[in-house]
Amino acid sequence: MSDNGILLDIKGLCVNFFTENGIAKAVQDVGFSVKKGETFALVGESGCGKSVTALSVMRLVADPPGKIVAGEIHFEHRNLLELTEQRMRSVRGNRIAMIFQEPMTSLNPVYTVGEQIVETIRLHQKKDEAEAWELATEMLRKVGIPDPVERVTEYPHQMSGGMRQRVMIAMAISCRPQLLIADEPTTALDVTIQAQILDLLDELQKQSQMSILLITHNLGIVAERARNVAVMYASKVAELSDCKSLFSNPLHPYTQGLLKSLPHLGFTGKRLYTIPGVVPEPLRFPAGCKFHPRCPVGCNDKKCQTIEPQLRSFDNGRAVACWYAPGYERPDDPKI
Amino acid sequence: MNTDANTNGFLLKVDDLKTYFPVRKGLLRRIVGYVKAVDGVSLAIKSAMSFGLVGESGCGKTTVARSVLRLIPATSGKVIFDNIDILSADSAHMRDIRAAITLVFQDPFGSLNPRMTVGNIVGEPLKVHKKITGPDLTEHVRLILSKVGLPADAMNRYPHEFSGGQRQRIGIARALVLQPKLVICDEPVSALDVSIQSQILNLLKDLQQEFSLTYLFIAHDLAVVKFTCDIVAVMYMGRIVEQASAGELYNTPLHPYTVALMAAIPKISVSEQARPDRLKGEVPSIFNPPPGCPFNPRCQFAGDNCFVQNPPLVPVSDRPEHLVACWHIRK
Repeated sequence: MSDNGILLDIKGLCVNFFTENGIAKAVQDVGFSVKKGETFALVGESGCGKSVTALSVMRLVADPPGKIVAGEIHFEHRNLLELTEQRMRSVRGNRIAMIFQEPMTSLNPVYTVGEQIVETIRLHQKKDEAEAWELATEMLRKVGIPDPVERVTEYPHQMSGGMRQRVMIAMAISCRPQLLIADEPTTALDVTIQAQILDLLDELQKQSQMSILLITHNLGIVAERARNVAVMYASKVAELSDCKSLFSNPLHPYTQGLLKSLPHLGFTGKRLYTIPGVVPEPLRFPAGCKFHPRCPVGCNDKKCQTIEPQLRSFDNGRAVACWYAPGYERPDDPKI
Repeated sequence: MNTDANTNGFLLKVDDLKTYFPVRKGLLRRIVGYVKAVDGVSLAIKSAMSFGLVGESGCGKTTVARSVLRLIPATSGKVIFDNIDILSADSAHMRDIRAAITLVFQDPFGSLNPRMTVGNIVGEPLKVHKKITGPDLTEHVRLILSKVGLPADAMNRYPHEFSGGQRQRIGIARALVLQPKLVICDEPVSALDVSIQSQILNLLKDLQQEFSLTYLFIAHDLAVVKFTCDIVAVMYMGRIVEQASAGELYNTPLHPYTVALMAAIPKISVSEQARPDRLKGEVPSIFNPPPGCPFNPRCQFAGDNCFVQNPPLVPVSDRPEHLVACWHIRK
């Protein structure tokens, strides 16, 4: 199953949140695959379902109110959604590790960073206390923390934001995972520190051939770091592509709009391009294509307003869900 | 309260502003030192212009804004706004000043009272400062809401009914309802989604033109500041290290910190060049800054003088508007 270089293969994933106000479909029919040793980016705005997708891979979606209602997540020859909770625990933190956006709240303030890394190591590896501490110190050295022998006995509050994120990474890679899920790993950090952390992830990936599922809203980071990318909008994948083609020739109007609306250093115009309107909430998705109310090409099109386009793949490995995308079939055109 | 200071058509002039916070230790809470959050910042903003302050967290950019409004007492320096010396103004004058300088905050969720209707939030400054009430007040609020692109029925609704971008519009309406001369925007778009950011940035520009507003724009995102501002100052550890017109700063950055800051921004440009040298290390502790230039531990050009003396902010030889504080550049 998970051969030909594919490490993680997600198919038809659907996650619902059963709330008082109704069923919020946070992830709808999401599918993509991450190859061994590559960085795959999942990009989108807040509420688009990218984090819920990542949490589903870890089987950490809060239940209730959330529930994975359909789909398959294949990882190392097995469907993670069929594992018992006990088996899943041996995968989580061991074969798949995760780092989070907020390095302050993700570390326990009452334990030293060493104790927290040692806990992970001893849970998954047959090592005694002394060996585990040695490995923890080694990990801190590996992620570029100066004086690791002393820092390993320090508490999270004694470290800066960048250092804490390094500790999180040290903890995540201490069991040499095959897949690292990084959920907005640098959003809380300053740009110069962000660059350092992303360089560190690149470096670690080169050394160990692990795959990284990078979740971010920052298209600049995607362009610099990822090989393949899925753009999510309103719980679905709008476009799936290799990075180069996505930025040189975006197919979905949403992707095109996002790229145009970013202020960048070379920009000299007077006004920025804007996508009108706001991201729809999961409880109030529009009918048809969920992007049509904001779409410059399809907002008045009957088909876009009524029938939701499905993600369709092309020969070049790209996929898009838009009636207007070049090459996308429109069998019955109602505009007659 | 007119001062003899020569403001030369500048709406706001800040001169050698210092804001120090005492560090207390021990049983008697004795002052053992000072955190120099703002350490000698001077800037001048012309009417109807935008001045951008950029820097990483903790560099003192927000403290500058708060000191200007006297929300934090400044240690020394001079702040002249519209020919009034703010730092020595009495409370009656301060009231007027606070109506003439307003703030737009970063967090559109934390900066609006969840128990007040939008109409009350936006109308409150008018009640307090202009004593406007009744139908007059409603009319004023309705007008400003339409200017920021909110529907008229927003008045009777509560903040939680709005998205992040719309809430930021409410915050902007509240800041503009008094027809201020200066608006301080403290990271106005950093909490917003990409597709919403550009809407708010365009709105701020449109409103500036319509009402001849002057902006002091604080942000960490260089691209946002470049789009919005005429003049940009880069701060590092409480001081301005480089200042120039937006175009000049981005085309020919001189200070090694500015250069590194720009290199660190992830870029979308498809052409893949060799990655420039990364800035090593982190911002030094502000409790215990290094001697000499505070950037010296991270600077690849640091030598001799840099470890002894903090370089002053001076114009570059052939460009009087481009200021830089670096010994390396002066050589």
